[in-house]
Amino acid sequence: MSNFLSTLQARDARRWIAWAGLALLLLAAPFLIEALLGRAWVRIADVALLFIMLALGLNIVVGFAGLLDLGYIAFFAVGAYSYALLASPQFDIHWPFLVVLPLSAAVAGFFGILLGAPTLRLRGDYLAIVTLGFGEIIRVFLNNLNRPFNITNGPQGITLIDPLQAGSFSLAQTHTFAGLTITPIHSYYFVFLACAVLSILISLRLENSRIGRAWAAIRDDELAAASTGINTRNMKLLAFAMGATFGGVAGGLFASFQGFVSPESFHLLDSIMVLCMVVLGGMGNVGGVVLGAVLLTALPEALRYIGPLQQRWFDTVFVDPSDLRMLLFGLALVLMMLLRPEGLWPSRRRRTVEKSRAAG
Amino acid sequence: MLPADNSPLLSATGISKHFGGLAALSDVSITVRRGEICGLIGPNGAGKTTLFNILTGIYAPDAGELMFDGVCLTGLQPHRVAACGIARTFQNIRLFGSMTALENVMVGRHVRTHAGVLGAVFRTRKTVTEERAIVRRAHELLDYCGLTARADHRARDLPYGDQRRLEIARALATDPRLLALDEPAAGMNATETGVLKQLLEQIRADGVTLLLIEHDMKLVMSLSHSVTVLDYGEKIAEGEPAAVRRDPKVVEAYLGSDPAS
Repeated sequence: MSNFLSTLQARDARRWIAWAGLALLLLAAPFLIEALLGRAWVRIADVALLFIMLALGLNIVVGFAGLLDLGYIAFFAVGAYSYALLASPQFDIHWPFLVVLPLSAAVAGFFGILLGAPTLRLRGDYLAIVTLGFGEIIRVFLNNLNRPFNITNGPQGITLIDPLQAGSFSLAQTHTFAGLTITPIHSYYFVFLACAVLSILISLRLENSRIGRAWAAIRDDELAAASTGINTRNMKLLAFAMGATFGGVAGGLFASFQGFVSPESFHLLDSIMVLCMVVLGGMGNVGGVVLGAVLLTALPEALRYIGPLQQRWFDTVFVDPSDLRMLLFGLALVLMMLLRPEGLWPSRRRRTVEKSRAAG
Repeated sequence: MLPADNSPLLSATGISKHFGGLAALSDVSITVRRGEICGLIGPNGAGKTTLFNILTGIYAPDAGELMFDGVCLTGLQPHRVAACGIARTFQNIRLFGSMTALENVMVGRHVRTHAGVLGAVFRTRKTVTEERAIVRRAHELLDYCGLTARADHRARDLPYGDQRRLEIARALATDPRLLALDEPAAGMNATETGVLKQLLEQIRADGVTLLLIEHDMKLVMSLSHSVTVLDYGEKIAEGEPAAVRRDPKVVEAYLGSDPAS
């Protein structure tokens, strides 16, 4: 008994040490990255954290509830523009971010329901087409809402968006703390990290709850789910709203981080990119989705180094560097899907070889 | 033994349903009494499953009325019907394939539990207690249906007979007063059917009324207290199994009319 307890404690202690180590590593990461790879990569890390939030939001819709959404970036756009309109010189409104950010989330969540309501009867390909259209509609609206009344400033976008600030403390300034110089990209890293960790926690808790099981049931068999007593309409709307809320928060943070938004940032390709992160990482598995988001943010950036290599190795440029980069990126996606069709880190539910099957 | 109170639990009156020009059901009435096992039989295409689908809210009837324990069910959506206390299984098994057997039964508790998003995210004490109760009840029901050893197996990977019983366990998790079973013995061998029969008798003894579509005549005749026969969307007979079996219309529906007569 005492032996058992001590092994339990040892295992617990080891787990705590592992978590503490990971936390330290994540906190030190921006400084390590800057020292090793340069400042540009700290910015990429910031973007990766935003994409983690986005991918986790889309994972609720696609991975948990099984509703294919090809217009997800629209909620990111709604969140970003909500923030931009309420904290910029556009209408000279400068509300504090603690108000604007939840508001962006709420507006995006509302748009989630707006998209969800008319598509309740649709599944699979049909749903994909409608959501794709929805995503484009939002972008086109943002692009054209500058006449007759100028709301979004059209293709020029909205500039001079307020950074995250409280009183005289602003994340847009460089601070010194305990001998460390903390530039805005470092400060934002910590804010985004906190939000990403929160998103992971919320995702995990939702997955293993009554709500998460209802979503999984709808994904597996909607009719059986309804007959078992699940209000499929409400649960699907909830999935859309929750997913959109994640996107809205990420959008608001994005707007404050960039200080600038334009419809250019919210193309269909961006929706597809987020979907790739979910599918490639491992649909429905929170860890896999996080991995997918990090990899697919870093990979295109890493491939930028390939262009100069061409010149160095062959003394000539065969393929335009930006074309080559996308070619290799596409190749990497194809290879990953061929080698690991269930994703890099599949959810327990989707794994083809099941432990229980081996046991039974 | 039927309980003393055998007043009607479910009564469907004058149910009709058309698909295009085809009358799947015309003016069918059926009564299921509290505490009984009611058999619903008929040749293929007689409209038995259509009646089940109307009963559980998947289709709305074109005409007719459904009363369940004093509540009108007509036009209610499936999840509302489940909340009223009717659970069902499907002819072609419809489990949540990617979930474990335990999780399948846990989903069945959905309609009797309340945790929402906030409860799940903040893991309130109420949610934790509720979640524990769900797991406990799900294990009980797996035990009850003889699936204890299968709890952690993925539903899709279970043998056929286990899948059938898992569907029953999931249906029971909704605390039904009426359990509607669509061909539970289909594809089962004699041993499996024997186990199933015991299970169904146990369920009834525990106070759940059963409505049973079944092609295995021996099973349905030995289990049922009353039997209703459908043919071409019409009710052609009802009553005690022994009487129904002798009914000339039923014999004709199953064997065809005697060409000599």
